[in-house]
Amino acid sequence: MKTSPSLDVSGLAYAYPDGNQALYGVNLQIQPGERVALLGPNGAGKTTLVMHLNGILAAGLGTVHVGGLAVNTEDKDALREIRRRVGIVFQDPDDQLFMPTVREDVAFGPINMGVTGAELEAQVMQALELVGMADYADRPPHHLSFGQRRRVAVATVLAMKPEILVLDEPSSNLDPASRRELADILRDLDITLLMVTHDLPYALELCSRSVILSQGTIVADGKTIDILCNDSLMAENRLELPFGFDPKNTLVK
Amino acid sequence: MKLSPDRVVLDTNNAHEHGHGVGDHLYVHRHSLVHDLPAQVKTVAAIVFIFMVVLTPVHAVGAFAVYLGLVFVVVKIADLPFPLVLRRMLIEIPFVLFAVLMPFFGPEPRVEFLGLSLSQEGLWSAFGILAKGTIGVATSITLAATTRARDLLQGLETIGVPDLLVQIASFMLRYSAVVTDDLSRMKVARESRGFSATGIKHWKVLANSAGALFIRSYERGERVHLAMLSRGYNGTIIDLYKPVVTKKDWRTAMALPIVAASIMVIAWITL
Repeated sequence: MKTSPSLDVSGLAYAYPDGNQALYGVNLQIQPGERVALLGPNGAGKTTLVMHLNGILAAGLGTVHVGGLAVNTEDKDALREIRRRVGIVFQDPDDQLFMPTVREDVAFGPINMGVTGAELEAQVMQALELVGMADYADRPPHHLSFGQRRRVAVATVLAMKPEILVLDEPSSNLDPASRRELADILRDLDITLLMVTHDLPYALELCSRSVILSQGTIVADGKTIDILCNDSLMAENRLELPFGFDPKNTLVK
Repeated sequence: MKLSPDRVVLDTNNAHEHGHGVGDHLYVHRHSLVHDLPAQVKTVAAIVFIFMVVLTPVHAVGAFAVYLGLVFVVVKIADLPFPLVLRRMLIEIPFVLFAVLMPFFGPEPRVEFLGLSLSQEGLWSAFGILAKGTIGVATSITLAATTRARDLLQGLETIGVPDLLVQIASFMLRYSAVVTDDLSRMKVARESRGFSATGIKHWKVLANSAGALFIRSYERGERVHLAMLSRGYNGTIIDLYKPVVTKKDWRTAMALPIVAASIMVIAWITL
């Protein structure tokens, strides 16, 4: 039996109510277990695309399927399942964390899915252990460091046992050690992953495949190392490597 | 590796542009005599006009009809759509609701109407509140629709409203969009985890969100203040871009309250 792709975006176009069109026909397939980096300059439509993956925005044209299930913003029950399947970690952990304790925050999603009792507690603690934050379960989120808050934000969606984990700028505002710790955590997760990032070395480190979104369409799709080494492609899409970083000299596992 | 996808262009002709700034959702952009007057001139004219209306004796029914006519003339000159003004006037309803009760509880003498015993004095009071309220609201709506929020604040400052109050109001205006954005991002993050508020059992979550939003806004306030201090803020914001007000502006704007004042005086003399 052929398994359906974790994520299947087809011909997705979207314009904001003010008439600004952000997506001009996006096609993207991600197979189970893949780790994919979504690259692109500011204003390319990356965030708009992410908002379609779990039905926060409704497609103007085209379709999104998650694990074979269509995203349909009209169908409330299906939408609930979609939001369980697509775990989005937003850029600012403070947007995601608002409950009095870490435990309650991580439990928030599973409770919305109807999980209760011992199963809930198990799911919460398992998610916190995956990000190495189990010892902080009873602390208020706003007393944690930024890196810790980002990890708790990851736990809040892992607790929902998603089909695909979507991270919006996971390495932004992290100090190098927190950045590496998060990379270790993400690499060890057995999950399909889509990572929106400007941090190209991070993309190279974690994702063997990358796609470039530019002016509302996917303009490149291939091995991360090939994309980063293609100077003309990089320049066309306003992508730049950090000073002194040469992907050709990097050992990629 | 490199792809050249077809671009799907959506038909966005039905979309509407939000062309003006923060807090300006009441403002209706037109080029008219009323729009062009400086904010403080309009504000003073509107306030004096409302005072004249309030000072008019309630029994002078004709005077109120003329006042209402005057406001409509201004709306006409300002080229505002009447349906829009009428719709916005609905905001008055909760405030005048209790006026409806006055005829039932007012003192003697009473009049019979449709089998109801109504107090004559109560009827007059109800009419007074309704008429003065309606004219006041219509005037304020016209002012708000013809003046940008920031000009209004600047105008208030030039006519002597305490600087601190104006600053607080300006910051409210400046940051309302930021706080609304915060709120909507938190809402998106909540919904992404499968939450949608439907009833009373979700109030705890909403209360937690409100608390988190309050703390974030409070902290942002501190950061903004710190950033202002580090650029030399010492309690006053110096405004270099004050609009020039001419005598002609004052004459044009004060025409409305002066007419109203004459009507008010005539009403007192003839009654």
